Amino acid sequence: MAEIEVIDCGPATTIQDAGRYGLQRYGVGPAGAMDRDALTLANLLVGNDPDEAAIEFAGLGGRFKVREGEIRIALAGADSTLTVEGEAVAPQTSVTLRAGDAFSVGPARQGVYAMLAIAGGLAVEPMLGSRSLHRRAAIGGLDGKPLQAGAVLPLRLDAPAGDDLTLPDPPEPARGPIRVLCGPQDDHFTQAGLATFFDSTYTLSRQADRMGYRLNGPVIEHADGFNIISDGIVTGAIQVPGSGEPIVLMADRQTTGGYPKIATIISADLARFAQLRPGDTVRFQAVSQDEAVAAAREAAQRRAGLHERLIPAGSLDLTSERLLALNLVGGMVDARADFFEEETA
Amino acid sequence: MTTADPAFLPCGDAALSVEFGRVVDPHLNALALDLDAALAAAPPEGLLETVPTYRALLVHFDPLVTDHAQIESAVRALLGNLESSAKTPRRWRVPVVYGGAYGVDLEDLAKARGLAPDEVIARHSGAVYTVAMLGFTPGFCYLAGLDPTLATPRRTDPREVTPAGTIAIGGDQANIASIEAPSGWNLIGRTPVRNFMPARDPAFLIDAGDEIVFAPIPESDWAQLDEAAAAGEWIAQEVRQEQSEKEAGHG
Repeated sequence: MAEIEVIDCGPATTIQDAGRYGLQRYGVGPAGAMDRDALTLANLLVGNDPDEAAIEFAGLGGRFKVREGEIRIALAGADSTLTVEGEAVAPQTSVTLRAGDAFSVGPARQGVYAMLAIAGGLAVEPMLGSRSLHRRAAIGGLDGKPLQAGAVLPLRLDAPAGDDLTLPDPPEPARGPIRVLCGPQDDHFTQAGLATFFDSTYTLSRQADRMGYRLNGPVIEHADGFNIISDGIVTGAIQVPGSGEPIVLMADRQTTGGYPKIATIISADLARFAQLRPGDTVRFQAVSQDEAVAAAREAAQRRAGLHERLIPAGSLDLTSERLLALNLVGGMVDARADFFEEETA
Repeated sequence: MTTADPAFLPCGDAALSVEFGRVVDPHLNALALDLDAALAAAPPEGLLETVPTYRALLVHFDPLVTDHAQIESAVRALLGNLESSAKTPRRWRVPVVYGGAYGVDLEDLAKARGLAPDEVIARHSGAVYTVAMLGFTPGFCYLAGLDPTLATPRRTDPREVTPAGTIAIGGDQANIASIEAPSGWNLIGRTPVRNFMPARDPAFLIDAGDEIVFAPIPESDWAQLDEAAAAGEWIAQEVRQEQSEKEAGHG
């Protein structure tokens, strides 16, 4: 059986798939990849189903070794360099490794969450319907915990078939304000409070993890107190506690809560929001229910059409030597941006 | 009986909150639980999961298949008939060791209420509770039905860690805690029952809408019951199974 070993990795390196659904009534939040688009792309690049479990890195990378078998891997999401036996792999490209090969994921230069997919997937038992680690519930992942140095991950495939793939023309990252749907408790805020929320720029604080992102910025005025009788929560809900500064609830959130929720980030913009780093700024823009649903459907269509745009990696001149010569000598340059500037120049 | 007229509140593009009211009220909770059961019996297309709470039902749906308006109309179609689909709830008997190291706040709470500790135990274990909702941590049950004479504000200095199985009172609510967690509630006892045990099938025993009665047990029973629970035994006994109205009428 093919296996990889964790030599070392950042403390919040976890196994995540598309999440665990159906247990929110029992108090178990969904968990799942913080950047669903990255999960999809990484999986498609290695020929997996888009929702297969992958390794999620939270800003810091990790080093690994192939102990047995032949494996195919791909990295997507935050801008990090995947390096195999000392050579950088082109972005949005899968690569095949043999037993004994070492590979590493570098720290994120832009964004936070990078997903490493492995062809065939991890041979880790799903728990309550998912392989996603839910840290507070200590379920999923490898023994209910984040990955640690020395951990051995068995794989479901001994040797991948077919070609390494690449996405030759990655979509331009979306820009502009994060779109939200007002509610469910927008009427718990004054008109001035709502105006503050939509007219202000907020900054992501250091208190940001898989459970929630606390924002700093102008205080949002409540209409009548900041306690409500606890009700259900969704991922992307923007709750405003007594401090008046918003907290966005993320994948490892609780299922219920007692602060009013002024608005909810639409699912099409969640991955982009999740990639904000502490110190980054963000603005919010209201959309209608119809626009929000249409955006979800467009995003799903984009994901579904992605695999048709992948081509065999050898068909582009993306050798690691060329990349190195182009921009990776200093190790600090944004490989993806520089490379594609060169291509289009 | 008047037909419920809830508010339908969008929670992003993939969920709708059906809000029956904004206060803690057994009638509102019953509406949320009855709607939950009705949707489970006849799920509209695209329904993913539901989360009943004190006063609302959160309905998660797949926006690729349905939308807010379709879910709202499916819910409206069920609202007029909620009572006819109501069931006799399942009832659980949950053993509890009260006081001492198992309920470190029992003495203080008794003093604050002007009662003897034994009287607190008698009143707490003499009630029939309804599981209003689960939340906070996996398997954590919020219970309605606490004897009002036992209502006690939460502690001003919450504890960083309280043990799994904690039985506590916070304001006019009672609870069954599932896993170790921080808490500001007043700890009056502990049950060996594990309402969340991922390796057991089923992983969860008690659901929203179930009824709970507490049975005091001596400290000497703890070790054996705790060991059995750790091995996967339920310990909580089903003293009445869920029945539809019709079956209940015959029984």
